[in-house]
Amino acid sequence: MEKVYQRPKTLAAAPTRYCPGCMHGLVSKLMAELVEEYGIAGRTVAVLPVGCGAMSKNLFTFDVVCAAHGRAPAVATGFSRCAPDKIVFTYQGDGDLGAIGLSEIVHAANRGERFMTVFINNSTYGMTGGQMAPTTLVGQKTTTTPLGRDPLTEGYPMKMCEILSQLEAPAYIARFSLRTPAGVRRAKEGLRKALEIQLRGEGFAFVELLSICPTNWGLSPENCLKWMAEQSEKVFPEGEYSRAKEVK
Amino acid sequence: MARITIEAEYCKACGLCVSACKKGVIRFGGGTNAMGYHAVEPDETKGCVGCKLCAVVCPEAAIEVYR
Ligand SMILES: Cc1ncc(C[n+]2csc(CCOP(=O)(O)OP(=O)(O)O)c2C)c(N)n1
Ligand code: SF4
Ligand code: SF4
Ligand code: SF4
Ligand SMILES: [Mg+2]
Repeated sequence: MEKVYQRPKTLAAAPTRYCPGCMHGLVSKLMAELVEEYGIAGRTVAVLPVGCGAMSKNLFTFDVVCAAHGRAPAVATGFSRCAPDKIVFTYQGDGDLGAIGLSEIVHAANRGERFMTVFINNSTYGMTGGQMAPTTLVGQKTTTTPLGRDPLTEGYPMKMCEILSQLEAPAYIARFSLRTPAGVRRAKEGLRKALEIQLRGEGFAFVELLSICPTNWGLSPENCLKWMAEQSEKVFPEGEYSRAKEVK
Repeated sequence: MARITIEAEYCKACGLCVSACKKGVIRFGGGTNAMGYHAVEPDETKGCVGCKLCAVVCPEAAIEVYR
């Protein structure tokens, strides 16, 4: 028998620091698989956020740098401009990217910087105990919206792919849901497109991954998947919002 | 003929692989790992087809597949 699926060597030989069922582990695995497949561990830099995603620093065996809250796009900009031979990706949660770091991501995308962003949307601030994020659904209960998010006082969920796709510069913007094995495979192909854009030096690419936070949603991982199908996928549909332009 | 292996020390018993497997191969095990989780285990009698669905969704990269 032949081994047809194996743990990538670009992941440290230890369990993740994530809660059971947390899809941060899954997203980190996908990135580690791609880095291994393309043989670029020696020249890849992950710029990690403040948020649960920072715990991937113990997971990746290639270079990581941890940015201040929301500032991963600024750090990635500096890194990729000063070291153009490096493959740079930011790894950011929805609080990090959509709240405190909103202007950083918008301006980096608008400048078409040469890095890719992996955006983990779990509709909450996971690390700090489940407060409302910009991506929290209308009616969703969080510790800061105990009666459910009310658009009158808290606004509506922010759709980052749709917002960023209004800009001229980005080479690729897409969203995938990690709910099913097929969705995970589509997500990996989307991440592959974004990575190949980096390998060709074609500029900014953005991949949003619809995820779960079982701990703060207060649901089992299985029930989180149901909630995604019934709720979050309706607000955050999968799709490619902006495709690579012809490079002259 | 196919089979999977599960690294019990990485497993957090989240059950995502159990939901993904259409053949009912993976069950919650009896043992407790060093983290205190009851790791899942394959049932060798259930006829794994090597489709990799379980491995693809495992957030701990604990599953390897042979075919
Ligand atoms: C400047 C600053 N403000 C606030 C915090 C507290 N803080 C830590 S993580 C976090 C939000 C993380 O949420 P998200 O980006 O969605 O990541 P998740 O944990 O959900 O993956 C906040 C507000 C901080 N560490 N630094
Ligand atoms: S708190 Fe939520 S986002 Fe953070 S590790 Fe746990 S499940 Fe994942
Ligand atoms: S998906 Fe992975 S971590 Fe979760 S129960 Fe299965 S083997 Fe364990
Ligand atoms: S490879 Fe397919 S059949 Fe075998 S245990 Fe995994 S999901 Fe089930
Ligand atoms: Mg979050």
